[in-house]
Amino acid sequence: MSQMPQQAAVSKCPSCEEPLESGDRFCGACGYDLSAVPPRPDDHPAVAAGGAVPAPAPAPDGVDWPAARDSDGQGRPVPVHAAAELPGTDSGGSPLPPPPAAPPVPPSPGVRFDRPGEPEEYPLQAPDPRLDTAAAPRPDSPAAPAPGAKVCVACRAGRVDDDGYCENCGHAQPRERDHMEQESGPVAAVSDRGLRHHRNEDAFSVGCTALPDGAPASVAIVCDGVSSATRPDDASLAASRAAGESLLTALPRGTHPQQAMHDAILAASHAVNALADEPATAREQGPHQNAPACTLVGAVVTAGLLVVGWVGDSRVYWVPADRATPPARLTEDDSWAAQMVAAGLMSEAEAYADDRAHAITGWLGADAYELEPHTASFKPDRPGVVVVCTDGLWNYAESAEEMADAMPLDAAVRPLHGARVLVGHALDGGGHDNVTVALVPFPAVPQGAGSA
Amino acid sequence: MRSGMANFSKSNVPQFAVDVYQNEYLPEGGREVNAIVTVTATGGGTVGSAVAAPHLYSPGQGPSAAVALLVDCSGSMDYPPTKMRNARDATAAAIDTLRDGVHFAVVGGTHVAKEVYPGGGRLAVAGAATREQAKQALRRLSAGGGTAIGTWLRLADRLLATADVAIRHGILLTDGRNEHESPEDLRAALDSCAGRFTCDARGVGTDWEVKEVTAIASALLGTADIVADPAGLAADFTRMMETAMGKEVADVALRLWTPVGTTVKFVKQVAPTVEELTGRRTEAGPRAGDYPTGSWGDESRDYHVCVEVPAAELGREMLAARVSLVIPEPDGSVQNLGAQGLVRAVWTDDMAASTSINPQVAHYTGQAELAQVIQQGLDLRKAGDIDGATAKLGRAVQLAGVSGNGDTAKLLAKVVDVVDAAAGTVRLKAKVEEADEMTLETRSTKTVRVKK
Repeated sequence: MSQMPQQAAVSKCPSCEEPLESGDRFCGACGYDLSAVPPRPDDHPAVAAGGAVPAPAPAPDGVDWPAARDSDGQGRPVPVHAAAELPGTDSGGSPLPPPPAAPPVPPSPGVRFDRPGEPEEYPLQAPDPRLDTAAAPRPDSPAAPAPGAKVCVACRAGRVDDDGYCENCGHAQPRERDHMEQESGPVAAVSDRGLRHHRNEDAFSVGCTALPDGAPASVAIVCDGVSSATRPDDASLAASRAAGESLLTALPRGTHPQQAMHDAILAASHAVNALADEPATAREQGPHQNAPACTLVGAVVTAGLLVVGWVGDSRVYWVPADRATPPARLTEDDSWAAQMVAAGLMSEAEAYADDRAHAITGWLGADAYELEPHTASFKPDRPGVVVVCTDGLWNYAESAEEMADAMPLDAAVRPLHGARVLVGHALDGGGHDNVTVALVPFPAVPQGAGSA
Repeated sequence: MRSGMANFSKSNVPQFAVDVYQNEYLPEGGREVNAIVTVTATGGGTVGSAVAAPHLYSPGQGPSAAVALLVDCSGSMDYPPTKMRNARDATAAAIDTLRDGVHFAVVGGTHVAKEVYPGGGRLAVAGAATREQAKQALRRLSAGGGTAIGTWLRLADRLLATADVAIRHGILLTDGRNEHESPEDLRAALDSCAGRFTCDARGVGTDWEVKEVTAIASALLGTADIVADPAGLAADFTRMMETAMGKEVADVALRLWTPVGTTVKFVKQVAPTVEELTGRRTEAGPRAGDYPTGSWGDESRDYHVCVEVPAAELGREMLAARVSLVIPEPDGSVQNLGAQGLVRAVWTDDMAASTSINPQVAHYTGQAELAQVIQQGLDLRKAGDIDGATAKLGRAVQLAGVSGNGDTAKLLAKVVDVVDAAAGTVRLKAKVEEADEMTLETRSTKTVRVKK
């Protein structure tokens, strides 16, 4: 569950720089509405442990995480890190050209950053026009359990009526979204209602496709509906589907994965915005009247590249297959606590102890102040598993080390099992929220004969 | 509004729609579920009662109906003599409002009931000739004798039963107390007539008993009002008859299904007036009961349903009640009017959700309390309990202000001096016109709808 912020989360008005007080909803000088989305306190939302951001503690072996930049807001990804600055391989698996004059960052044994020279020069062959949307596999809908027996699961006595309630005890019957599992090629995802919420407001979309050169690519999108808005379940479903379809359409055309991720977030945003125009039915009337909204986090994995994208507080973790090397968190929450820490206003401990800690400062929805899709590109130098999840999981495994500990060692080869284990970890911890996790093994490997 | 195009279908049963307004979220252990159920009937053939438009049906069209006019002819009607004259004129105006083809009769009421027109235990059929004859017969009405309203109602019932019609309605006028029969006799007459015809009741002047008149209207699912000035009778009778002519379907019941283990705490009509229906339930099969609502034209009414469900775990959802509209037939079968509404219960640990009160529920809870404290305040005032009356009527002023019930606020201001409406601080007026006090009491159950 995500919460909208209720008040200013920054120390200065983003419009006129007037100092603000805690609790201000409008700027006293210029009237700027602070209740919407406080802008990010700085323009380099670091992705990992190198900057002034909450992140997993620096690895003992000194993994150096350069800060990753976002999209430049024009739809083009801002370079994350010069590929040539790091030793490694390009996305085709070939050794990179020798570093230019710039002093190289000390070699890292862990995950590395990749920066394409320019997005349009992504070192893959030119888009193949023959590979069109028709050829691209669509993200499959999560598997729907077969309609159950028509006897109530709660009292075992009544029949289930057309509205899905027991004719005897009135209890709602389990819904399709209460528990969803899906495997698509090497990718798997599991989503569960949890133990405390009445419905599952999370949604996911997983799929795999091929780049124009035939190299495999895996895609996972996870969304968490904002409970303080209307129809959060519709929002997360629409966003995850739109983003998944967007990626699976763009990647086979040769769109740079980071650009494709950026575009996918925009597509998801449009899909959620469109929900706000639909009239709510009487049944949907509740205490909340905000426009439908959700978070989004996604990952694209190719043979050599890992691209992540997000809006909100759903996360991506990197867990190397070799557990001797450190895992890492690859996203930075759009949350009040993260902003407080990033702005240097609070320590991490103070910020996360605050009631407002989990208020999100970025989301998809018609009332989002200004959409800022974050994307980052990595070039891991070893195999591992990418964990794409909602806070319903990471609340029970906050640090990258905890996440790695919770994940089975064979998650890369049994991703569905791994995802089930992680969901079970959250349920064992209390299951206070909906839990959704997708596992994407890195690198993407060609699927068996017959696969795209 | 319908145009003048004749609709030649004989039966114009309106379309019923049911909307449910509730906060379905309950905290852990929560059991009480409240909902406002709005029932709207449209498309039958007339406009709503607020803007009455008589004769929308062409002659011979519209639902078949029978109307009995019950006019008090007791001796007091001659004091002042204008009262009898106004009653005669009002009855004539009502006869002019009868649609052609409607069956009707005029009953003169004293300590016995007499057929004034047409006589012989029959009903006349409205047309130019019978209207004229009826008005001639009214001239023979003279005052003399006592008051035994039960006898009038029983005669009306016998007369109305002679016609095979869809709608049966009475319009009753009295100016005095029901002194010539016991309260038990009147109660027995009401019980025997309930469900056989509907009846509006009016008190003219100030010598009648408010509780008698409101009890008649309540039992027979009609309206009650005061016509303090006899000069206002003709307009009031015309309006009542217009409304009666607008009725299209009779004997509609609100059917409430509740799951096993659920208790119905109350069912009340809350708009346009407060009418307690809880005790008027007729069992209708397993876990279902019917509450009478009488006849419907094109109109909308609100009902407050309160049920207590067995507590369930957090995250569970159940159907707390299913509301539908039916016409129970004499042979035990049921005509289902199609529309239904679901009242749900969802247990959540989201305190913001479970503690918020639905605006409609809050509004009508206040309106029902308003009617109750007016009644209690006036009773205490009559009993000489000045402090108690002041407290109750002060609360009434406060509630009327909060809910925007301007009409009731005006009536209250004629009985109390308002010191601070928001705080509910009032002083009882030393001298109150009897008509003002009776008007307040009679109209205390009138509600206003929630401002949308």
